[in-house]
Amino acid sequence: MAEAFAGYCRRFRADAEGNSKFAIVQAEDELAAIGMVIGAAWNGARAFTATAGPGISLMQEFIGLAYFAEIPAVIFDVQRGGPSTGMPTRTQQSDLLIAAYASHGDTRHVLLLPQDPRECFEFAAKALDLADRLQTPIFVMSDLDIGMNEWLVPPLAWDDARKYDRGKVMKFEELEAGKDFGRYLDVDGDGIPYRTYPGAHPTKGAYFTRGTSRDRYARYSEEGPVYVDNMQRLLKKYETAKKLVPAPVRVDAKEPTRVGAIYFGSTTVAMNEAIGTLEKSGILLDRLRVRAYPFTDEVIDFIRSHERVFLVEQNRDAQMRTLLLDTGQVDAAKIASILHYDGTPITAQFIVSEIARRMQEIGRASIRKVVAS
Amino acid sequence: MTYIVKPKLHHPKLPHNTLGFTHRDYEGKVSTLCAGCGHDSISAALIQAFFELSLEPHRVAKLSGIGCSSKTPDYFLGQSHGFNSVHGRMPSVATGANLANRDLIYLGVSGDGDSASIGLGQFAHLLRRGVNMLYVVENNGVYGLTKGQFSATADKGSKSKKGAGNQDAPIDLVGLAIIMGATFVARSFSGDKRQLVDLIKAALEHKGASFIDCISPCVAFNNHPGSTKSFDYVREHNEAVNAIEFIEGKAPIKADYEPGTSTMVRQHDGTLLKLKKLASDYDPTDKSAALSYLMHHHDKGEVVTGLLYLEPEATDLCERMSVTKTPLNALNEAELCPGSKALEKVNAELR
Repeated sequence: MAEAFAGYCRRFRADAEGNSKFAIVQAEDELAAIGMVIGAAWNGARAFTATAGPGISLMQEFIGLAYFAEIPAVIFDVQRGGPSTGMPTRTQQSDLLIAAYASHGDTRHVLLLPQDPRECFEFAAKALDLADRLQTPIFVMSDLDIGMNEWLVPPLAWDDARKYDRGKVMKFEELEAGKDFGRYLDVDGDGIPYRTYPGAHPTKGAYFTRGTSRDRYARYSEEGPVYVDNMQRLLKKYETAKKLVPAPVRVDAKEPTRVGAIYFGSTTVAMNEAIGTLEKSGILLDRLRVRAYPFTDEVIDFIRSHERVFLVEQNRDAQMRTLLLDTGQVDAAKIASILHYDGTPITAQFIVSEIARRMQEIGRASIRKVVAS
Repeated sequence: MTYIVKPKLHHPKLPHNTLGFTHRDYEGKVSTLCAGCGHDSISAALIQAFFELSLEPHRVAKLSGIGCSSKTPDYFLGQSHGFNSVHGRMPSVATGANLANRDLIYLGVSGDGDSASIGLGQFAHLLRRGVNMLYVVENNGVYGLTKGQFSATADKGSKSKKGAGNQDAPIDLVGLAIIMGATFVARSFSGDKRQLVDLIKAALEHKGASFIDCISPCVAFNNHPGSTKSFDYVREHNEAVNAIEFIEGKAPIKADYEPGTSTMVRQHDGTLLKLKKLASDYDPTDKSAALSYLMHHHDKGEVVTGLLYLEPEATDLCERMSVTKTPLNALNEAELCPGSKALEKVNAELR
C-alpha cells in the first residue's frame, strides 16, 4: 500500500522544481511508523500508516497516546489471519476488537469498514477528514481479500469542489485577537477542543502535549474531578463521532420480514449473491451493511426491529457481536452469528447453507407465521 | 539548581539579545526535579544557548520521551510547543514532526534509560536518517524515577548506591551515534556550563542530526564514591579534546586562524566553527580516529568531552528526501490534491 501511494505521489505531488510535496519514510518498525504519524499530525500535517494485525499489536501504546493527547492519526489495517503470525497470506476480519479498544486504559476508537477497493479510496479521504475533525486515531479496516485480490468496482470518483476538513485549529489571527485558548476546553459542546500548531504565535497558544492526565488548559493534574471531566469529554467526542462516520447501508427484502442480516467489509459480494439464492428458496432477509464503529442509531434500530438477526463475520469469536452487545442497547438472544474464519474469503455458498440450516432449526414455518402476523 | 517562582516583570537592567528577549523569555515552569539535579543545569544551559543565539522561542518544538530528563522540556522555553511522548519513542515523533514542518527548530531531550534501553532502536534510526535537530541525552547511568537501578550506560564495575557492582558492558551513546551516522556528536558535563552552552549553540547551528551526550549526575541515586557518573568522578576524569571558540552563521567571516592551536571547520551550509584544540592529536572530522580515541580513553576511565565528531558535508532528512521548501503542514488542497482529471487517468490505467 505504501509503495502504491509512493508511486502516485511521485507522479502527482512534485512541485515546480521537482521536489516532493510529500514525505514517505520506510520506518524501522511499526512503533516508529505510528510515532512518525503522530509527530507529523501533531505538527499539523496529515499522515497515515498501513499495517496488518501484528502491526496493530505493536502500535498499541502510541494509539493510546494519540487517543488521550488527542492527536489525529490514520491507520490502515489490512487484516489477515491471526492470532500471532497466524495465516499471514490469508484473510480475516479478526482485528475489530484490538482496533476498537486499542491500548491500555479506557479507550474507544473509530473504525471504518470498507467493502471493496473503491470504498477504501473513499474511506481513506474520509478517515483523514475524521482524524483532523475528531483529533483521534481513525482505523480503516480493510482485509487481505480486498488488499491482495483483483476486484471489479465502479470507477473511483472525486468531487473537485470538496475541501479537506482540517478540524478545529486556532491560527495566529484568532490567538492574536485574544480568543481564549485551552487545549482541552470543550468550547462548542461537542467534546472536540481546539488545537494550535507549533510555532503558531510568539506568545499565545503554546502548550505541552503529554500522555499524562491534565486539565482543560493542558496543565498536568492528577486531581480526580479533573481526570473524570476529561474522560467524560472524550466520551462526548465519541458520541459526536457517531454523527460523522459513514452511515450503514440498508436494503430491505422485497416483502416485509422479521429476519435481518448484518454484515460488513469484504463479506458484501458474497452476501449479495447469497441473498438472491436465499430469496429463491423463500428466505427473505432485510440487510444492513455496517460501515463504521461507533454504531449509528440505524444499526441499533435495525436489530430492535427484527426478531432474528444473522450477523455475518470473518472471525472465530464474533467480534462485531461483542462490539454491538457492548452498546448495551442490543438483545443478545436475537443475534445469530455466522462465522467464517478458515482464511479463505467467505463465499455465498457458505452464507446460504448456514442461514438455511439455522432457519430450518428455528422452524421456517414459525418464521412465516411471524412474518404473516 | 531548582527554579523558584519568578515574577513575570522584567527588570530593566536584564540583558537583551538581538531580538530584544531576556533570559526570562526562554524560561519555563518551576522544575520538580531533586534539588541539585544535573538535569536542571542542562535546562539552564539550553536557556542560555537559545538566548545567546537569539532564537525565537516559539519557533522551537521540544520533544521528549519518559523519565526525569523527559520532564525537563516543561522547565524551559515556555512559549514553545512541547511533546512529552512515550518511553523511548521521542525519535519517531520528532522525525514525523520534522517532516511536517522543516522550518521549526527541533530539540529532543531524552535520558539514558529512554535512549539507551527501550529507545535504542529509535535513537539509532533517527541519527542515521539525519533528522535536523538537536538530540540531548541527559545521561546519569541510573533510572532515577524508579529509585536508582543501573541503566545501560552505567560502566562495568560502577557501584550502585547500595554497593552492588554493575556487571554489564556499558552502551556508549557517543560511539554509537558516530557509527549510526550522526553528523554532529559531542559529549559534555552538566557541571561544565560554558562547554555545554557552546556545544548546544554549535549543535543548533548544525544542519543534520546533532547529538550531545551530557553526563548529568543523579544527586539522589548516583553521586556516591564508586560511581563513574558522579560529580566528583566526572570532574576528576573529564578529558576535553577541544573547546568551541566561536560559531559563525551562514554569512562569510574573516578567519582568525592560528595553525596548530585551532581547527576551523566550514560546514556544508556555510556555517563555520572554530575549535580550540585541547588534545593536540584530536581531529573531530576523522571518524575512525575519533572512535579509536574514545575507546582508548574510556578504557583508561576517562570521560572524553567536547565536539567529538563533525561531518562538514552533512545533509538532513528533508534534503535527502527532496521535500518541498514550503512546510508540508502549510500545503492546501490546491497544492496536494491532483483532482478528478488525474483520477480519471488512474481509472483508465486500472481498467
